[in-house]
Amino acid sequence: MSEQVPPTTQTEAEAAAADTDEGAEDAPKGVTTGASSVVRALENTGAEYLFGVQGGAIMPVYDALFHSDLNHVTMAHEQGAAHAADAFGIVSGDPGVCLATSGPGATNLVTGIADASMDSDPMIALTGQVPTDFVGNDAFQETDTTGVTDPITKTNYFAGDEDTVGDVVGEAFAVASEGRQGPTLVDLPKDVTQAETDVEPGEAQTPDTYNPPEEADDDAVEAAADTIAAAEKPVILAGGGVIKGEATDELRAFAREYEIPVITTMPGIGAYPEDDDLSLEVAGMHGTGYANMAITHCDVLVGVGTRFDDRLTGGVDSFAPEADVVHVDIDPAEISKNVHADYPLIGDAGRVIDQLDDELDRRPDPSDRYAEWREQVQAWKTEYPMDYATPDDEPLKPQFVVEVLDEATDDDTVVTTGVGQHQMWAFQFWNYTEPRTWVSSHGLGTMGYGLPAAIGAKLAADDDQSVVCFEGDGSFLMTIQELSVAVRENLDITVAVLNNEYVGMVRQWQDGFFEGRRMASEYSWCPDFAKLAEAFGAQGHTVADYDGVEDAVEAAVEYDGPSVIDFHIDPEENVFPMVPSGGKNGKFALQADHLDQL
Amino acid sequence: MTGGLPGAAPDERPHPDGRRNSQGVRIDPEVEAEPEPRRAVLSATVKHEPGVLAAVSGLFSRRQFNIESLTVGPTEDENRARITLVIEEPDPGVEQAKKQLEKLIPVISVTELDPSASQRELALIKVDGDAPDQVQSVAEMYGGEAVDASQETVTVEITGSRQKINAAVDTFRRFDIREVVRTGTAALERGAEETR
Repeated sequence: MSEQVPPTTQTEAEAAAADTDEGAEDAPKGVTTGASSVVRALENTGAEYLFGVQGGAIMPVYDALFHSDLNHVTMAHEQGAAHAADAFGIVSGDPGVCLATSGPGATNLVTGIADASMDSDPMIALTGQVPTDFVGNDAFQETDTTGVTDPITKTNYFAGDEDTVGDVVGEAFAVASEGRQGPTLVDLPKDVTQAETDVEPGEAQTPDTYNPPEEADDDAVEAAADTIAAAEKPVILAGGGVIKGEATDELRAFAREYEIPVITTMPGIGAYPEDDDLSLEVAGMHGTGYANMAITHCDVLVGVGTRFDDRLTGGVDSFAPEADVVHVDIDPAEISKNVHADYPLIGDAGRVIDQLDDELDRRPDPSDRYAEWREQVQAWKTEYPMDYATPDDEPLKPQFVVEVLDEATDDDTVVTTGVGQHQMWAFQFWNYTEPRTWVSSHGLGTMGYGLPAAIGAKLAADDDQSVVCFEGDGSFLMTIQELSVAVRENLDITVAVLNNEYVGMVRQWQDGFFEGRRMASEYSWCPDFAKLAEAFGAQGHTVADYDGVEDAVEAAVEYDGPSVIDFHIDPEENVFPMVPSGGKNGKFALQADHLDQL
Repeated sequence: MTGGLPGAAPDERPHPDGRRNSQGVRIDPEVEAEPEPRRAVLSATVKHEPGVLAAVSGLFSRRQFNIESLTVGPTEDENRARITLVIEEPDPGVEQAKKQLEKLIPVISVTELDPSASQRELALIKVDGDAPDQVQSVAEMYGGEAVDASQETVTVEITGSRQKINAAVDTFRRFDIREVVRTGTAALERGAEETR
């Protein structure tokens, strides 16, 4: 992030006025309205950035923000605000904040809130609402926002009282970040935010009914340790909860001490360094062959912070069919929801791993017994390598583009993606070593997620941390208007469009499972993305062959501001390995004709 | 579809014999272990505030838990309400329903009641009033009473277990039932044991 204050947050005149008014700091301005209480509550939580779009019912809150030091980033669309806040939460670990007005503003947030909910990302949404007296009357720009967002929030609030609205916002913030993280929402009726009050919000705290577990039951830990100690073919499956729970250090130490191979889920990317010998990278539908072989043949599977999504498990009847499952999760409802847990360990990921470690230390070191298994796993790595063909006379391969960008950037570079084939190549062919460097839409699979997420990620990232956004042509078009925000805020983001003139994943499925009927998947009508980038004020490049890749990447990475490289890739390239939906992990297809055997 | 990777074809790879059932439970290849649905009574204490019932019923409908009945009312503590839910689910489903319910922030506690718990339901049965004496007699056999009578109809109140109410409703059919309304099950653990 550049040091300069984003232009939307403070005018020069205001900055000057603030400078001459230093004495005011000794006597902070008290809360005067419900809206100023909301802003004070946000300030108290340490929030830095708000992502939003203004509008009628939320105007009192915007008015209160006028004198606040909080940085408001005006987004082009509320969906962008929600994704930016979501990504901010993933990269920083603290809840991202998004704002919208009532009615269409609130409903436009819905996709982003649902996305954060599916991926357990910490986020808080503040929505304007029509005045209390109008609620239920189908007033202009009225929507039952708490009703609409009930299934997609961790909890939500209708703030009906100006004296408590600040505390409600604080509670929403606390609930979003504690325990299993997730999005919360506070609906703010306009009369409440306009009403006078001088009640200062208290410390942000969760309600007394909310008590996330910390340590797992000792007997359960002992039983799980017995099983791990007796195993011959154990694997660790690290999910997004390892990263959310700040347990990567514990997990890495545990895996290395006992030399247990580590598979990650897609949200778990970065939990374990992919360049480590024990890493098998990602399992699941487009995971590596070796990860899927290991998950199929293991005898103990230690799942940490994963919800066993169907994109990971394939058909549940064939998932890890011979394994005892040890499941570590902070959310008891995840235990035995999709895959039965033989050893449920409910608690904070880092603490439970330490408990397991302590318990295993009391037993003879089992790692020698795993040696044969480790050899087998390495053999699978050789047998099923991640590879692709790059003859010079072929159209540009997307995998090569991902590798070149990976080479051109540092290890701590944050990658964000849209959803589709490009998303799969972006995780398959980039080498992730650090947590919070992979930002993607997993559970909901939201096309268009990449660019607004890159904006939130860039503002959350360290100053010298690069952000690369991979998008597909179809996905990029869905939220391309957020380029205006990246340009206005001068965010140094490199957008790599893997453009195959298709919604490629749909085309891949049509070819594989619908006899090649490419209904509505051809996107030959896409605009010239380089020119469009320039029209927005960003730097634009077009690359259609191998020779142009490195120069364009170098220029884009060096450019201080948003740049877009439109890579015209092989339109027929597909994502492999592939486990068809509901299939067996061990029966992945390595090429098109394998699909017929499944 | 073009493109491909080196490696053995799917059928050339070794595959383990194990398997799991549709609930993800590892099973013996020789044994099918599919749990049968069972009826469970869940009791939840919740914060007595607007929107909680909607949140609970919404949760159950979107997760496809099969609600047989749902009752809600105030408790001895004015800040708390009790929801009694009867569901019919396969075994793992009951556990999942409990846990999902516990996740709702306004929910204070959830328990599954013992099958021997006191379970009561109330019904009002409105029948033709041609033979009020007989209606009253039948009502008394079920420990109920007539609560309203007009020239044309008699309305009887019956309280008891679900099975008793089913039986009573069946018996009253001889008087030509006009309308029936039933509450869901309300339940408390027996004896001094607290229904949390």
